Amino acid sequence: MLTIKDLKASVEEKQILNGLNFEVKPGEVHAIMGPNGSGKSTLASVLAGREEYEVTGGEVIFNGEDLLEMSPEDRARAGVFLAFQYPVEIPGVSNANFLKTAVNEVRKSKGLEALDSKQFLKIMQEKMKLVEMDKAMTQRSVNEGFSGGEKKRNEIFQMAMLEPSLAILDETDSGLDIDALRIVANGVNALRDGKRSFIVITHYQRLLDYIVPDFVHVLYKGRIVKSGTKELALELEEKGYDWIKEEVDATLNA
Amino acid sequence: MSDDLKILDDVANSEYKWGFVSNIESDNAPKGLNEDIVRFISAKKNEPEWLLEYRLKAFRHWQTMTEPVWPNVTYPKVDFQDIIYYSAPKPKVQLDSLDDLDPEIKATFDKLGISLEEQKRLANVAVDAVIDSVSVKTTFRETLLEKGIIFSSFSEAVHEHPELVKKYLGSVVPYTDNFYAALNAAVFSDGSFCYIPKGVRCPMELSTYFRINSAGTGQFERTLIIADEGSYVSYLEGCTAPMRDENQLHAAVVEIVSHAEAQVKYSTVQNWYPGDKDGKGGIFNFVTKRGICLGYKSKISWTQVETGSAVTWKYPSVILKGDNSVGEFYSVAVTNNMQQADTGTKMIHIGKNTSSTIISKGISGGRSHNSYRGLVKINKSADNARNFSQCDSLLLGDQCGAHTFPYLEVSNKTAKVEHEATTSKVGEDQIFYCNQRGISTEDAVGLIVNGYCKEVFNQLPMEFAVEAQKLLAISLEGSVG
Ligand SMILES: Nc1ncnc2c1ncn2[C@@H]1O[C@H](COP(=O)(O)OP(=O)(O)OP(=O)(O)O)[C@@H](O)[C@H]1O
Ligand SMILES: [Mg+2]
Repeated sequence: MLTIKDLKASVEEKQILNGLNFEVKPGEVHAIMGPNGSGKSTLASVLAGREEYEVTGGEVIFNGEDLLEMSPEDRARAGVFLAFQYPVEIPGVSNANFLKTAVNEVRKSKGLEALDSKQFLKIMQEKMKLVEMDKAMTQRSVNEGFSGGEKKRNEIFQMAMLEPSLAILDETDSGLDIDALRIVANGVNALRDGKRSFIVITHYQRLLDYIVPDFVHVLYKGRIVKSGTKELALELEEKGYDWIKEEVDATLNA
Repeated sequence: MSDDLKILDDVANSEYKWGFVSNIESDNAPKGLNEDIVRFISAKKNEPEWLLEYRLKAFRHWQTMTEPVWPNVTYPKVDFQDIIYYSAPKPKVQLDSLDDLDPEIKATFDKLGISLEEQKRLANVAVDAVIDSVSVKTTFRETLLEKGIIFSSFSEAVHEHPELVKKYLGSVVPYTDNFYAALNAAVFSDGSFCYIPKGVRCPMELSTYFRINSAGTGQFERTLIIADEGSYVSYLEGCTAPMRDENQLHAAVVEIVSHAEAQVKYSTVQNWYPGDKDGKGGIFNFVTKRGICLGYKSKISWTQVETGSAVTWKYPSVILKGDNSVGEFYSVAVTNNMQQADTGTKMIHIGKNTSSTIISKGISGGRSHNSYRGLVKINKSADNARNFSQCDSLLLGDQCGAHTFPYLEVSNKTAKVEHEATTSKVGEDQIFYCNQRGISTEDAVGLIVNGYCKEVFNQLPMEFAVEAQKLLAISLEGSVG
């Protein structure tokens, strides 16, 4: 589904991703962990097509297509979804209206007819249940005045509405209380159908108790420096990153 | 509604969809302006002597005046002798039913998306349509008459209700008011007249569509709305014009009189041809709109969505004379390419406990200039007057300009006046967020800007709000880049 080869990217002349390799197959859940500033959000932004991030090398193939050649909206329409670490507020635009526009754009790109208000409302109600979202939230402006946790939950709600084939969750768990964490994780799990893939960026192994990953990777200095299974996350929780940093820095200096 | 939407959808793909020229034969006055032309217009309309006198006085006064130069706009000087001051679709016969309407004119309305029959049936809106200078048809008149509501062309009102016209014409905007008001008083051709009797709530939106069609003509319509005690009316005005290389002048006057406990809501969606990308052609829109709250608890509310015209100069205002009267001004002004707008309001507080609200959203793209100019004046007599003003500017590029000129004159210590102003840009973050959800940048800008204007759109009747939103999206095409 997604193949990343030797990906290099920089922002404001500063190289952040230094030859990153990574593969995601349909239905897999990959967790990406790593110290602050190691390039996790940068990777997410590059995959989503954010302009400020300049790709300086490597390639990304998504479902057989060159992802890096596509505009951000085309990537979204092709099924790439990013749950933002810092969701953006759009004053005056209701969540419902925003999502209706988005859903219909995605449908249009697939040659499907636009949903009318009634059909849309029906689907929205179903998905709201999935993340135990309050009806009032859909009428409020996109993320405006939402608490940190509400914003994150709203991202998952949007994901449920858009039904992407690849969802990238950037620290969706941070800022969530214990109940919200469970709700969000349940939402994600409900969308795991054996075909849809996830890249879950997180600092906490706790989330991975709920969303059990197939693989865990450590990103450090713009590279995947260690990959493993669920157990790796436990090990990191216990030992921190120092031992990995030392290993990597030793090889870099050698 | 769904038909309307379809029409609007078609629209969304064109640049200026109203740019067609209809092949309607018209009956023109010779070019230029002098007393004979004023007499010609008056005679064409079969006007009574008093009205001719009024026009001539206005004309003589106009000759002593000079064009205002204080607005923050620049444009080539208008040659007032190079304009046709009267142009009527021909043949001009009294129409009894819609079927008698010139098929070309009807086709024009259809293109405008205001099929009269449709409007009548679906939207329950009474329509008066003015093409060039003459009011072509007023629908729904009989239904309204049952309630005692008069809604007709201005010319008809002159003949059928001379006492009302005589009493109120120029009572809010005297011809001495300003250069364009004087010009209008001298040569106004037609427009709409509306009277709501005491205690009557007008059961439908009243609507006027103005269209300039003929080349080289100016349009000078005159609207007079009188809401008698305790009455209510919501009035809509829409404007379009064909695409032409030369500039055309539009200098209208709207007067509103709101008696005690009466409410008038006046909404405009102005979409005169704005000129092309390089600023060639387009309408000069120099308009005087003013209302007076005459009695206790009178209310006048202006809502305007200004997307068109090459140059706009317009300040819908309210004189708050009656105690506890209320004035409101909600405005969205969009400028793109080379457009210039200098618009805002005046709230003149005279009565006690009067209050006014001003919400202005200016949006500029391209190399356009967008100015808000507003006066809040609290007279000595206006105890406990209140005003809240909020003027927001949104910039869509870095070659456009937004300017705010708030004027405040307070002569009463009990006044409470609040003013807030912001300037912002559409955020890259917001656009990317939309992109990431599958929404193109152009649609994202439309969405974000519409959200920005929500407070104002909320004031518009449903159908109009939908139209305004689409219009906004069209006007902003290519504004970010
Ligand atoms: N727009 C930007 N301008 C300048 N520097 C940037 C920008 N975006 C990212 N960086 C830098 O790139 C590096 C990687 O940042 P990134 O956000 O990808 O880290 P992260 O792994 O997501 O960290 P965290 O765990 O704190 O979220 C950091 O040093 C950051 O300061
Ligand atoms: Mg991050």
